[in-house]
Amino acid sequence: MRLTEAAPGARILAFGGYQPAKVVTNDDLAVSVDTTDEWIRSRVGIASRRIAGPDETVADMAVAAGGKALAASGLAASDIDLVIVATCTAEAPIPNVAASVATRLGIVAPGAYDLNAACAGFCYALGTASDAVRVGSSRHVLVIGAEKLSQWVDWTDRSTCIIFADGAGAAVVGPSDGDTGPGIGPVVWGSDGTMADKIFIKDRNSFIIQEGQAVFRWATTALHPVAKKACERAGIDPTELAAFVPHQANLRIIEAIARRLGAPQARVADDIVHAGNTSSASIPLALSRMIERGEIGSGDAVLLLGFGAGISYAAQVIKVP
Amino acid sequence: MAMTQEEILSGLGEIIDEVAGVPADQVTPDKSFVDDLDIDSLSMVEIAVAAQDKFGVEIPDDQLKNLKTVQDVIDYVRGAGVSA
Repeated sequence: MRLTEAAPGARILAFGGYQPAKVVTNDDLAVSVDTTDEWIRSRVGIASRRIAGPDETVADMAVAAGGKALAASGLAASDIDLVIVATCTAEAPIPNVAASVATRLGIVAPGAYDLNAACAGFCYALGTASDAVRVGSSRHVLVIGAEKLSQWVDWTDRSTCIIFADGAGAAVVGPSDGDTGPGIGPVVWGSDGTMADKIFIKDRNSFIIQEGQAVFRWATTALHPVAKKACERAGIDPTELAAFVPHQANLRIIEAIARRLGAPQARVADDIVHAGNTSSASIPLALSRMIERGEIGSGDAVLLLGFGAGISYAAQVIKVP
Repeated sequence: MAMTQEEILSGLGEIIDEVAGVPADQVTPDKSFVDDLDIDSLSMVEIAVAAQDKFGVEIPDDQLKNLKTVQDVIDYVRGAGVSA
């Protein structure tokens, strides 16, 4: 046996992001829930978030972001042979979101699966996409993180309704050539099932519940070694990073991890300020906007770190397309 | 080896400067975290974790609400350091 279609590495060709139209500010929330703009900004870092329309689905948002990434990549729909949708908020258990998204984007008969690793979903999906391209199972992968957390939130619960929001982000992954080297580093992933009860939705008729303080303590202590290991495995020193893009869970968590990273020069993503916590969409959405604004440029090394319910986590270094 | 009031205060000053940006010389025993130093419950978690690393004393989340002043934390660390 030989791997006849193997590639020397994988890289990201393009990103795309989508936010629903409806803006919900902290003041909007303060009308019906006991909270203030000042409290939310200081504890969580959010100024405004986007909420999907009542009939707007996870698939709709995935198609929007995926379509943008595909267009930006310069590839045709027929070039994509694998679609992965990272999501934990799909409306129905079957069929998966990925197969329908592929059809709607004109991608014919790709491999298609959904991946549920909650807020670590995009990093997990990106890792599996990269591996598929390297070994030759796939040539070009459309990786999407898409979430409609708003349909799982108790809008009278001020501990969650101020945090969670909707959106989608996507990346097109393809082979890198032997000269430029890989553009996606190996994933460092892990989990802690002893903390399964810290962030959960009990069943399809229930709301999301999280123990904020316990999650904060865990995230600010357990993750910086994972982040550093992802750099090490990619042969990158943290001081070489142009940016650090962790899951946009809470600005205080982001800042606490960044402080322990040993990368004072790296730009730290704060997309949460105008996006809220969009679970697996948060990282690709942040990246697509940072690129649009010119905050990171082609060839820059960026560290991604997803973490969330499970507890699941995954980190890898990427090169900006 | 038991730590002194001064050693713990000094160590705490460094931690609070790093976590909350409050200059170490403003960290005196009588100061209240919330009222005087403008330190909220999330920063208290970070301070507790850093104190654990520095002093080897675990401060669980459910104890944090009882630690209202700098002296409260010093007493906690010294109290926990006494061997059974």
